[in-house]
Amino acid sequence: MTVIADPFAAYQADPFFCELTAVRAGDGGAPALVRERLAAIGLEGLRARALAAESDLFNLGITFTVYSEATTIDRILPFDCIPRIITAGEWRTLESGVRQRVAALNAFLHDIYHDRHIVADGVVPGDLIFGNPNYRPEMEGFPVRFGTYVHICGIDIVRDEQGEFRVLEDNARTPSGVSYVIENRHLMLRAFPDLMAGMRIRPVDDYGRRLRAALSEIAPEGVADPQVVLLSPGIYNSAYFEHVFLAREMGVPLVEGADLTVENDRVSMRTTGGRRPVHTIYRRINDDFLDPTIFRGESMIGVPGLIGAWRRGNVALANAVGTGVSDDKAIYAYMPRIIRYYLDQEPILANVTTHICREPEALAYTLAHLEELVVKPVGESGGYGITIGPRASRAELEAARAALIADPANWISQPVIGLSVAPTLCEDGIGPRHLDLRPFAVTGRDTWVLPGGLSRVALRQGSLVVNSSQGGGSKDTWVMEDDFPEGPAR
Amino acid sequence: MTRGVALLARYAEGLFWMARYLERVENMARLVDVTQNFESPGREAEAWYALVRINADEAPFADRGLFGEPEAVKRFYVLDATNPTSITASIEAARTNARTLRPLISTEMWMQMNVFHRDILAISEDELQADRLSRLCRRIKEGVQAHTGITEGTFFRDEGWHFYQLGRLLERADQTTRLLDIKYHQLMPSGIEERRVLELTQWSVVLRACAGYHAFRRVAPAGFAPRDVVRFLIGDPSFPRSVTLCVTELEWHLTQLRRHYGLRGTVGALERVEELRGALTDRAVEQLIAEGLHEFLDRVQRDLIRLGNEIGTAFFRDWRPLATQSQSMGPDMTQSQGAGGRTMRMGDLTLSMPPLEPEP
Repeated sequence: MTVIADPFAAYQADPFFCELTAVRAGDGGAPALVRERLAAIGLEGLRARALAAESDLFNLGITFTVYSEATTIDRILPFDCIPRIITAGEWRTLESGVRQRVAALNAFLHDIYHDRHIVADGVVPGDLIFGNPNYRPEMEGFPVRFGTYVHICGIDIVRDEQGEFRVLEDNARTPSGVSYVIENRHLMLRAFPDLMAGMRIRPVDDYGRRLRAALSEIAPEGVADPQVVLLSPGIYNSAYFEHVFLAREMGVPLVEGADLTVENDRVSMRTTGGRRPVHTIYRRINDDFLDPTIFRGESMIGVPGLIGAWRRGNVALANAVGTGVSDDKAIYAYMPRIIRYYLDQEPILANVTTHICREPEALAYTLAHLEELVVKPVGESGGYGITIGPRASRAELEAARAALIADPANWISQPVIGLSVAPTLCEDGIGPRHLDLRPFAVTGRDTWVLPGGLSRVALRQGSLVVNSSQGGGSKDTWVMEDDFPEGPAR
Repeated sequence: MTRGVALLARYAEGLFWMARYLERVENMARLVDVTQNFESPGREAEAWYALVRINADEAPFADRGLFGEPEAVKRFYVLDATNPTSITASIEAARTNARTLRPLISTEMWMQMNVFHRDILAISEDELQADRLSRLCRRIKEGVQAHTGITEGTFFRDEGWHFYQLGRLLERADQTTRLLDIKYHQLMPSGIEERRVLELTQWSVVLRACAGYHAFRRVAPAGFAPRDVVRFLIGDPSFPRSVTLCVTELEWHLTQLRRHYGLRGTVGALERVEELRGALTDRAVEQLIAEGLHEFLDRVQRDLIRLGNEIGTAFFRDWRPLATQSQSMGPDMTQSQGAGGRTMRMGDLTLSMPPLEPEP
């Protein structure tokens, strides 16, 4: 065994864009400094600290739950200690791009639940919207405050070989992961103060305050001091830790369905001193399960009568019901056109080219180029049901072909994007691993974007799937404060 | 009058039970420890089986095909997760409650609970051997004491804290009566001087088990008799584990809830406390012993159960509309947590489980 002094000596990112080693304007030398400091800590030092950091996560119960046949397992989201750096300039692009996207999503939702201009003008086919299982007729003609439907939005962004940011997916229902953004930062501050010393990094722990403010803004008009609650399905939900985290950061009660009750179209919570009114509900329960009297009758996690109270304007829901129609993978393909249509602007963040297989031409193209394309079901999340052409076996390709032919409308296809990589601590040293970025936007009256976001990294060599259920981990994401005309203080 | 933020009934219940289960863990460790130390050669089986009797666990014990072998009793109370009164089951229940309480309890409380829970689940059969058991019991006690200390120093003292204290005091009072009862049958004073001395030594072990030995020596007469120990454990106004002190503190917490949080539901519970206090002070210890200490302790335990019921009905029931329709708050509800949403098992939930969120 030879001892490698520079842990980056064997690091090779080509042909992908590297988030740490690529030459970027205005990085002010921060990435180089991080590399230098990582080398000073050394591989063994990094491993020891990473181990201690992961054990912290376990002890703190910063875990998500994976369900198998009969058991539940608490897992941590594996944490990689080498940060991902976003320059101040890159962040300006990302931030304005995310704002633009959120504005377009809200305008689109308002339109389709009211006048439907976009359909009348032939920009988006009506059956894509009205035939979508996430379209909610209950929403038609119903006003929401400030026209905001998507109060919390997580937009998945990747970077291609040229370093250009591209949106992979919009998450406009109940996106999760923001707790890891903040916990990862705390963890870095504890375990790697020497790596961060002197770096001017945008702070992330303002999220809870911003979220609480936005949720208070959207409460029914005339309520002076609105009671906000976070509605969770409970401890068996995989994202329960995040629900706890957000409730705590906001300083609001974490409630479950059984804590709430609806009388005379008003929602209240059951307290030791009786029932107390509730005005805004940040619900982390899908539409289908919110109200058993309207949606799924067998649901025990929802609140009977909640939708009635909401339609009477007595309580606000975040996100609004029926936003799932906008983050559908089929609608995604139309997002550049949706942005131009409502905002009269060019998209700041590009889409990934998308073939909508319900359209015969796109289907024919997809079937002809199956081995080059990524095929995705339109309704799934969490990376399930995806076939990556160049990686798939013959049998997997044939299965995908059969599924496409059987139900073309359920599928889209996209070219394989060579996702950017970042140096990641692996068994055999520091190696390049693919990653994405999920920034979080909070919208009440206005939109605020948390500086940074969740960087999810595929820990398996060569893997493009970053989801936590499939071997993904995460990194701390640093948005640099300054434009560094000179370089950071050393 | 009401100050602070309203407390969800479910949280109040969770705090009450978390504290109770942890107190139970500590006390079970004390009981196991004292039994180990009490064990007199030739009478091991009897000594260990007393533990089963005192917890009224004869039936579940027999259901497992167990007899009074010391090893079986130890395993039943330390390791057997299917026995709801075991240390393992209690810590599991405490942690499940803590998990639902994470928005309220301090991070440090949660972290210690997590680590302690893992530690207890890792206890091996070997550690139950006679020469190691006392050390194991100490480790368990210290785990709960660490929790208690962290709670004292970090837990915000609003309404929820009072419910936490109610749970722990109720359990502690109950456990002291059991500790007293466990030795009562074996320790009735008999005539022979030599035997009396042996018995006094054993009473000292009881006192040591509840950390009361030195305090007792300070307040007890020089030539103390068993009745002095009984008086101390039941009636001493300053000993942290005496029934009377627990009841006094229960009353204080209930009064705080009423005064500062305007909880009218405390009225019934305060009446129960009055009854308890009456039972504790009405008669002299000599009279209690003459009339049957076991019967007296039994009555105190029943009164404590009624008090627990009263608290449950007044404050926790509202959030359990589904559970309470089919199941009233019967006596067994006060000894372990009822079947609300909290203790619902995965199997029950699969139907209503929502699809996973777009995960991180």
